[in-house]
Amino acid sequence: MILPLYGVAAEFEDATKLVRATERARDAGFTRMDAYAPFPVEGLSEALPIGPTILPWIILVGGLIGMVGGFGMQYWCLAIDYPFNVGGRPLLSWPMFIPVTFELTILCASLAAVLGMLALNGLPMPYHPLFHLPRFALASRDRFFLCIMANDPKFNAPETAQFLASLGAREVTEVPQ
Amino acid sequence: MAIDTANASPAGHPDDRAIIGPGYTFGSVTEKISAIVLTRRVPRFWWVGFGIAFLLVMMLNYALAYLLLKGVGIWGINVPVGWGFAIVNFVWWIGIGHAGTLISAILLLLRQKWRTSINRFAEAMTLFAVACAGIFPLMHMGRPWFFYWLTPYPNTMGLWPQFRSPLVWDVFAVSTYATVSLLFWFVGLIPDLATLRDRTNNRVARVVYGILAMGWRGSARHWHRYETAYLILAGLATPLVVSVHTVVSFDFAVAIVPGWHSTIFPPYFVAGAIYSGFAMVLTLSIPIRYLYGLEDFITSRHLQNMGKIMLATGLMVAYGYGMEAFEAFYSGNPFIEYLQLNRMMGAFAPFYWALIFCNIITPQALWFRAVRTRPILLWCVAMVVNVGMWLERFVIVVVSLSRDYVPSSWGEYRGTVWDWATYIGTIGLFLCLVFLFVRFLPLISIFEMRTLLPEAHVPEAPLPAAAGTPVPQEVK
Repeated sequence: MILPLYGVAAEFEDATKLVRATERARDAGFTRMDAYAPFPVEGLSEALPIGPTILPWIILVGGLIGMVGGFGMQYWCLAIDYPFNVGGRPLLSWPMFIPVTFELTILCASLAAVLGMLALNGLPMPYHPLFHLPRFALASRDRFFLCIMANDPKFNAPETAQFLASLGAREVTEVPQ
Repeated sequence: MAIDTANASPAGHPDDRAIIGPGYTFGSVTEKISAIVLTRRVPRFWWVGFGIAFLLVMMLNYALAYLLLKGVGIWGINVPVGWGFAIVNFVWWIGIGHAGTLISAILLLLRQKWRTSINRFAEAMTLFAVACAGIFPLMHMGRPWFFYWLTPYPNTMGLWPQFRSPLVWDVFAVSTYATVSLLFWFVGLIPDLATLRDRTNNRVARVVYGILAMGWRGSARHWHRYETAYLILAGLATPLVVSVHTVVSFDFAVAIVPGWHSTIFPPYFVAGAIYSGFAMVLTLSIPIRYLYGLEDFITSRHLQNMGKIMLATGLMVAYGYGMEAFEAFYSGNPFIEYLQLNRMMGAFAPFYWALIFCNIITPQALWFRAVRTRPILLWCVAMVVNVGMWLERFVIVVVSLSRDYVPSSWGEYRGTVWDWATYIGTIGLFLCLVFLFVRFLPLISIFEMRTLLPEAHVPEAPLPAAAGTPVPQEVK
């Protein structure tokens, strides 16, 4: 093959086989690999392993920005920029600012959740080497894939392919870049 | 449908406990749901239903165009009753939306697995209901092209919106609700859009679904962040859904109009919203499940559970009505007392008693299992509740406004043909969007249905036999 390899992918027929194979690849010392499944498979995060994501912190920061920004906006608008006296109540009538503050907290946190999730996942990504595999379309249906990437220090195309085949894979394919 | 080889359900379970029919695999679940969009012929009822809904949308366009031409005077609103149909319909539609978020967020957090086959559909319903709701306050402003005056933007007059007013809170609550519902729905759709992209044979469809799926490939790392995001979104949407109808109720409760100025409004509005929302989910899901043959996915258990939630929230609403009446007489406030008597015996008494019949008496049928297990009866109860919840908002808005404190400011109210055309037109818009949704997007979450199958569970301990190969040096 002329093209440099992205990695070697193995196709499995069920989730259990995928998790077991991933565990064995991890135990064999592979570090740069990823698993693909049509639904979130339990145990896969531990098998790969995947560390905790920073996404909750991004969401927290988003929420705080919404909260402080929302409250600050109302205070600045109605007490500083255009002091607005309603019925002689204090300008900082904070209980009346809570609903909008709350809504903006939720709004910013939700936007942070979705945009943060997409950004950390590197989506949108229209092209990915795995889309070369004709059978990879089944990864969104009922098949499970494990791909060991070529930049793994232990990677060696024929040996890695053989190793994957020994894990009960239905089919092992080289993935071009 | 074809697949009914009973095997998965343990010991001949009667099918009213199951949340998915027996004998499905990852492939057949995917096939069955995606086929509605991709391969099955568009059924005749779809064309008929969509055609009727589309005609109603044309009527809505006509009514709104005439409104823009003539102004809000074509509606029945007048000086004491300035809110009329527009606000009645707004509250009705917003309330209907609440079931979607409740099913998708709150039931997710409560780990109610049965929510899976109805959440996508209910979330779509939320979005469409909010879209219909949004039309009314917008048009009720009279000059809708100045709607942006409600937002805080730097302007030449140096003015800001009055953030101490519930009407401004409403703008933020409803727009946040619409945005978050859209995000939640779209995030849930991403993996299924990837499935459609991979399954379709049509080039255009592949490109469109491909763009929408954004290159989703089911990576375990992606799933990990995806699940985190989805769970936190559910946690954020839960207080949001409670806040939205609370803020809507503040539009009333902060005012001093008799019958509105009451602390029971927020909880009673939220319960009513969920009540009407579940009624609408049942109204739509019973025919859809029958017409598309989805009885294996939306099972009798789903319908029964929804019936039970309706019964529970219906009782809360009944308590709300009871407390309103009690408060009227116990408060010793003659204006509230008069308002309550006027509701029961005044010009709008038929509306009040119809509302009691629709919202309190009829749903008592749901105590009986025989009713909950018969989709037709359940559908009839749901329809009655839909009507009842509209009447409730009508009674709240119109009866209170038409009999204010001073008899000199009393008035009468009736909707005009334009009020009705706009209202029925939005029902058409709602149905039209529902028809388009079931035609072009998977109406049940495919990837979540896969997780319900027994094969989706990976046993904790390694199974050498199942792994297919001898396992020499298994660590962990």
